[in-house]
Amino acid sequence: MEGLFIIKAASAIGAGLAMIAGIGPGIGQGFAGGKAAEAVGRQPEAQGDIIKTMLIGAAVAETCGIFGLIVALILLFANPLLG
Amino acid sequence: MNGPEIYCTIFGFELTETIVNTWIIMAIAFVIFYLLTRNLKAEGRPGKAQIIGETIVTTMDNLVGSTMGKDKMRFGAYMLSLMMFLVFCNVSGFIGLRAPTADLNVTFTLAIMTFCMIHFNSIRSVGLKHYAKEYIEPLPFLLPINILEQFTLPLSMGFRLFGNMTGGVIIMGLVYAGLTEMMFLGLVIPVPLHFYFDGFVAALQSFVFTMLTMVFVAKGIDQ
Repeated sequence: MEGLFIIKAASAIGAGLAMIAGIGPGIGQGFAGGKAAEAVGRQPEAQGDIIKTMLIGAAVAETCGIFGLIVALILLFANPLLG
Repeated sequence: MNGPEIYCTIFGFELTETIVNTWIIMAIAFVIFYLLTRNLKAEGRPGKAQIIGETIVTTMDNLVGSTMGKDKMRFGAYMLSLMMFLVFCNVSGFIGLRAPTADLNVTFTLAIMTFCMIHFNSIRSVGLKHYAKEYIEPLPFLLPINILEQFTLPLSMGFRLFGNMTGGVIIMGLVYAGLTEMMFLGLVIPVPLHFYFDGFVAALQSFVFTMLTMVFVAKGIDQ
């Protein structure tokens, strides 16, 4: 019984740790947004294309953060360790 | 926080919340697009509905033309259908439905459709020999990595849409669970959150999914 509690507590901590992966996309998307702002400042007439490209880049950068979220969700709601 | 509810089982087939919500959304979308495409006129003054419908189709055609190239305009219809389905699914949180895209089955189905489209069109346009040669470039021992790369693409696309929508559903669920005791705040706080998760994120993710499909299909054809 105690082992079960330890597994549950450790899973909760693990889910929290997995969400540290959110740092990466945050930095990456901020970088993409900043560069896009620079590009619009330099070339305002290409704003539509720049925003489109930036959104794609930001979405791809988001992937590793989403994987972290998936791991956290699995640990919290569909934990394989609890059997 | 639970997954989609299972309403009943018919001959081993589970009728889940996702399927029922998809039916509701299909009905709404059908009615809306039926109203938009009724009484189309080529001459004279078009009605308001026709102008809205034409704007949607023209915008999407321009996007397909500028992203995939003018020679691949035939994908416009599929891309518009995909985009509209995703938009309607994702914004369904506004009317209190659980978004069907917050279910791995839906997002992976769409991702696998994209995967099949990429490879089918790629083989058809460059030929099987050239297509197979892509896998041993630049060096033959990179073959496993190239194959792995092809399979991580639908995986990441499916997980991206699922993760974004599920994140929204979970946060909204937590907010509503925390607000049950507060009568007035309960009316105010969820409004901006709904606009962010069901409006902004939803539209953005449908755009991103469609855009990535277009980019990868075009890349597969042009390789």
